[in-house]
Amino acid sequence: MTPLTLLITLLVLSSAAFYLGRRRAFAVADPQKGIQSLHSRPSYYGLLTALWCGLPSLLLFGVWLTFENTIITNLVVADLPEQVRTLSPDRLSLVVNDIQNLVSGNIVSGEINPSMQAAADRYRNIQATSSAALAVVALSLAIVVALAVRRRIRPTLRARNQVELVIKIILVLCSTIAIFTTIGIVLSVLYEAIRFFQIIPITDFLFGLEWSPQMAIRADQVGSSGAFGAIPVFLGTALISAIAMVVAVPIGLMSAIYLSEYANKKFRAVAKPLMEILAGIPTVVYGFFAALTVAPFIRNTGGVFGLDVSSESALAAGLVMGIMIIPFVSSLSDDVINAVPQALRDGALGLGATHSETITQIVVPAALPGIVGGVLLAVSRAIGETMIVVMAAGLAANLTANPLQAVTTVTVQIVTLLVGDQEFDSPKTLAAFALGLLLFIVTLILNVIALYVVRKYREQYE
Amino acid sequence: MIDSQIPVIQDKEHDKEKELEMLKGLKTVGEITAPNPRMTCRNVNVYYSGVQAIFGVSLDIAGNEVIAMIGPSGCGKSTFLRCLNRMNDTIEGCRVEGEITLDSENIYGSKIDVVPLRAQVGIVFQKPNPFPKSIYENVAYGPKIHGLTQNKAELDEIVERSLIKAGLWGEVKDRMDKPGTGLSGGQQQRLCIARTIAVSPEVILMDEPCSALDPIATAKIEDLIDELREQYSIVIVTHSMQQASRVSQRTAYFHLGYLVEVGPTPQIFTKPRHRLTEDYITGRFG
Repeated sequence: MTPLTLLITLLVLSSAAFYLGRRRAFAVADPQKGIQSLHSRPSYYGLLTALWCGLPSLLLFGVWLTFENTIITNLVVADLPEQVRTLSPDRLSLVVNDIQNLVSGNIVSGEINPSMQAAADRYRNIQATSSAALAVVALSLAIVVALAVRRRIRPTLRARNQVELVIKIILVLCSTIAIFTTIGIVLSVLYEAIRFFQIIPITDFLFGLEWSPQMAIRADQVGSSGAFGAIPVFLGTALISAIAMVVAVPIGLMSAIYLSEYANKKFRAVAKPLMEILAGIPTVVYGFFAALTVAPFIRNTGGVFGLDVSSESALAAGLVMGIMIIPFVSSLSDDVINAVPQALRDGALGLGATHSETITQIVVPAALPGIVGGVLLAVSRAIGETMIVVMAAGLAANLTANPLQAVTTVTVQIVTLLVGDQEFDSPKTLAAFALGLLLFIVTLILNVIALYVVRKYREQYE
Repeated sequence: MIDSQIPVIQDKEHDKEKELEMLKGLKTVGEITAPNPRMTCRNVNVYYSGVQAIFGVSLDIAGNEVIAMIGPSGCGKSTFLRCLNRMNDTIEGCRVEGEITLDSENIYGSKIDVVPLRAQVGIVFQKPNPFPKSIYENVAYGPKIHGLTQNKAELDEIVERSLIKAGLWGEVKDRMDKPGTGLSGGQQQRLCIARTIAVSPEVILMDEPCSALDPIATAKIEDLIDELREQYSIVIVTHSMQQASRVSQRTAYFHLGYLVEVGPTPQIFTKPRHRLTEDYITGRFG
C-alpha cells in the first residue's frame, strides 16, 4: 500500500468513525429526554471518535516514515561484506547512495557488483515489508481505537470539551509554526554570520568604507584580498530606498486623499482596484521596465543636459521601485483616512472650516500615525526589494550619494555572492549571511516601530 | 379625547405609507412666525436620493430663544436641523428645496458661501467629537481658521472666555495642553460647545447634545443652554420631552417629515392642539 492510499483509507475510516460515534450517541441517549440527556451534541461524539480514529494512526504514520529510511539503511549496511562496512563514513555513504539509486532505478556511479545488487534487492524487500506492515499496523490501530472510543460513549462523556481541547492544540501548533520558522531562519543566518565574523572582525564589517568581496580561494591564485565594509552597500540601499520613498509617499498619500475625500463612489470603485493591480505586477517585470525603459531614458535625458549618467543609475532603480510601492502607501493610507470618524469631519465643517482645511488640519493629522506606520512598512519593503535592483542597479559598490551614478544594494550583493558554485567556508560567501542578518535586523526594527506607531494610533479615538 | 376613527400608530412600513397619505397637505398647527426672527424657513422640502424626508416645513427662529424640536425617531427633526447650516451638503444625494434665510439672506442662495455661514450657525453634535488635539487647540481652532484674532494674547482670551461660558474653564485651566479626547463625555460635550461659541455664532444648533451623557452631565449642559440663550438663538433636537420642557421657550413637534405643531413650550406640553402631538407627549408612541 503506498503512503497516499494509506492516507486516503485513514480519512475514509475517520469519516466512518464519525458516523459510528454519532449513531452511538443517539443510541445511548435517554429514550425519554432524547439528545437533551447527552452532555454534548451528538456530532461532538462523532468528532471525538473520528479524531481518535485518525490522529494516533497519523502520528504513527509520520514517525514511521521519518525513521523508515534510516532503519532500513542500517539493516542493509549490517549485511554488507566486511570490507565495505569498514570503509570511512564518507565512502560508506557513497556506497549507500549507490544502493539507494539502484533501488529507485537511477544512474549508479561505477559498475554494479553482485554484493551491491544483493544489498539493493534486500533493501527493496525490507521496504516492501515495511510499507505493508505500516498499513496493517496503522489501519488496525485506527479501527481498534475508534471501536474502543465508541464503547466509552455514554451520556456523561464530556465529548465537547475533549474535542475542543484537541482542536485548540492543533490551532496552537499552527500558530507556532510561523514563530519557529522565523526563529529557525534567524538562527541559521546567525550561525553563518558568526562564522563570517570569526574571519572578518565585526567592526571592519560595520564601519568599513570599502566593499570588494572578491578574494583568492587558493594561496597561489591572483585576486584581490577582499574588503568587507558594509557601509557602501547599505548606503546604496538607503539611497535607492530614499528615492523610492520620495516617489511613493507623496503620490501614494495624495492619491489616498483624493480617493477617500474627494472621489465619488463610482470613481473610487474603479480606481482603487486598478491601483492595487500595481501591487500585483511581478517585480521581475518592474525590473525589465527599469533596466530597459527607464534607465536608458534617464541616461539620454541626462545627456541632453550634459550630465554624466551611468546606465545603471540609482535613480532609475529608485524611481521604478517607488512606483511599485505606491499602492502600499495609498492603500494603507486610504484605509486609515477612511477610519477617521465622520464626526471629526463634521465637527470641523460645522465650525466653518473649508473642505481642504478639514483634510489638512483635522483628517490627515488624525490619521498621521497610521500613515506613518504604512510608510514604514513600505520602507522595509523597499529595503528588502531584490529583483528590481538586481536588474537595474549596478554591482559596483560606490560610496556616493549621487543618484545618477551606479550603486549597489545589500540584496544585490547577497544574490551575486551566492549565485553559482560557491564554497561555504570562504568569507566571500559567508559575507552574504552577515549582510542578510544586518538587513533582517534593520527591517525588523522598522517593522517594530511601524507596529508600535500603528498601535498607538488605535488608542486615539477610544 | 382620542378619535377612534384614526388607527393607533404602529412602527410598521405599510402603516407609515398609510399615514403619509393621511398627513398629505397637513397644515402646521400653531404660530410658525416669531417677532424679529433670526432665521426663517419657508416651505422647506428635503430629499435623500429622491426620497422625500421633509415636507413643506415653515418655521421662524427668534433671537435669544431656545426652540426644541421633538418627535419620534426618523421624523426628520435632525435632517431639518442640519439644513439650517447646510451640513446636509456633505451627504451625497441630499437635495434641499424652499427658502431658509439668516438675517433676511437666503442661505441656499447663489451668493452665499457655506464656510462663513457655518461660522454664523454653529452646530453641536449628538456624540461629543473633540479633535484629537489639545484642549486649547480644540477651542482655538475655529478662531484661527477664521482669522478672528491678531495675536496670541487675543486668542488666549477667546479660548478662556469660551471655556468660561461653556462652564469648563475651572475644570481644564490647568491642563490646556492635554488632549481633548482625554476628558469625560460630559466635559467633551462642553468642550465642543466652547469650540462652537469661540467663533461667535448667532445661532447654535444642537443635535441631541445630551443623549450620550449621564444625568449629572446633562444637567450641566441644560444649565449652560439656559445661560447661552442670553446671547444666541439655540435650536435643540431632543428625544427627552422633559429636557425640551426644561430648556426651551418654544417647541416644534415633527412627525414623518411634517411639522405638525409648534407653540410655546408650556402650552405644547399641557394643552397640545393636534392629536398627534398629544399622542406623542402622553407617551402613546415614539
